[in-house]
Amino acid sequence: MSATPLKRTPLYEAHVKAGARLVPFGGWEMPVQYTGIIEEHRTVRGAVGLFDVSHMGEFEIEGPGALAALQRLTSNDVAALPVGQIHYSLLCYPSGTIVDDLTVYRMGDARYLLTVNAGNIDKDWAWVTEQTRDVKDAHWRNASEGTGLIAVQGPKAEALVARLADRDVTRIGYYRFERGSVAEVPALISRTGYTGEDGFELYAPADRTERLWTALLAAGRDDGAAPIGLGARDTLRLEMKYALYGNDIDETTNALEAGLGWVVKPAKGDFIGREALEKIRAEGVPRKLVGLEMTERAVARHGYPVLKDGRAVGTVTSGSYGPSVDRYIAMAYVETALAGAGTELAVEIRGQAKPARVVKTPFYPSRVKKA
Amino acid sequence: MANVPANLKYTREHEWAKQEGDRVRVGITAYAQEQLGDVVFVELPKIGAKVAAAKNFGVVESVKAVSDLFAPVSGEVVEINGELPQKPETVNQDPYGKGWMIVVKPSNKAEWDQLLTAPQYEEFLAKGGH
Repeated sequence: MSATPLKRTPLYEAHVKAGARLVPFGGWEMPVQYTGIIEEHRTVRGAVGLFDVSHMGEFEIEGPGALAALQRLTSNDVAALPVGQIHYSLLCYPSGTIVDDLTVYRMGDARYLLTVNAGNIDKDWAWVTEQTRDVKDAHWRNASEGTGLIAVQGPKAEALVARLADRDVTRIGYYRFERGSVAEVPALISRTGYTGEDGFELYAPADRTERLWTALLAAGRDDGAAPIGLGARDTLRLEMKYALYGNDIDETTNALEAGLGWVVKPAKGDFIGREALEKIRAEGVPRKLVGLEMTERAVARHGYPVLKDGRAVGTVTSGSYGPSVDRYIAMAYVETALAGAGTELAVEIRGQAKPARVVKTPFYPSRVKKA
Repeated sequence: MANVPANLKYTREHEWAKQEGDRVRVGITAYAQEQLGDVVFVELPKIGAKVAAAKNFGVVESVKAVSDLFAPVSGEVVEINGELPQKPETVNQDPYGKGWMIVVKPSNKAEWDQLLTAPQYEEFLAKGGH
């Protein structure tokens, strides 16, 4: 067994009290479900769900050199990011493969916040600090321990947060944020999420996070607000074809084949991985991450081979039953020639080739509130 | 604690077995379905297939996990629950009733006595169930 004990979020006690089933995830003891994955999934699509994502990491960087440091480290163009806005981005290796995916918040003229995956906090911290050691006047701070994070997602999320906030949160556009308070807890109110629904992610001091969680649940009770585990978080993001680090993207997959070319901006200047990605882009990617729909009942899972007329042509990276589409869906890397929507393929499941078809994604229409 | 009907026998892999004349009806226990979570796929053998005690006879999948199904006794499959592949959630809703999986005509009656009784299964669960 693992020698290091699992870490716990500020909401651990609340999860135990709520009867959650807790499982190890990326070094953390996290709720996988409270009442049932499918029921929780539907709560988010139909009403509003609360997710404890306090396990995610937060790094701050500040100083006149912060912009240069982030331009070197990340693939998106930080110079184009205005104060008060957020963008999705990648940390890449020189080979163009992925250290982590993250969101970058511009907090002030020379101050930024990076939100990274829980399982990658230590690796990312070592990476960002080592790779920018020679950048002058850029000061890093790892704020992961002291920061709690609650995602409030679903068609009733806006009204719920609006009732408790000290400001008009309806005016905060998608991928924008404001600092204020919610239920009298100081919070960074960010219009982001990982479900395809409208909603917010609320960053709060770790020691005030439980108060915020309890207040949100109480204020949302009449709207059907409920805590949502990592199980439903996974089916919700899968229906949107959002990549999950460790499943769909990792240190062996490059940004372009993963379909993340929209956050690779070589025109901004040099960054780690730029040269390799420019070359890959010029040559074309040999495989692509696509959405698959099983044409009969069958669950494709991470690692299962994808076949074309009996020949191995790819690998499944994520798969499940999609409760909102009522279909068995998956994400898979397949040869580029076979990546077009409508291509008939198969997934090998326990030795049997089960028919599947490449489909357009997202599998379920996004309802995020575009600015 | 999970529901463990007294009139059934059990395996350590969380299947139940019910004597019905000279046949044995098989399903998974309330504890098993609860541990699995929402069942989204069930794969059963064909009628006429031979199953062997403690060997895999099918698969049940929840959103998060794939689990093999193990036969409590050896014999021939004489009935399958044809509803389950279309309505896998029945396994969660009624594991000892409408969620049954197969009926076996046993070939070795001695195997029945090897199965856990309800009190033995309850004790097994109390010790962690694995």
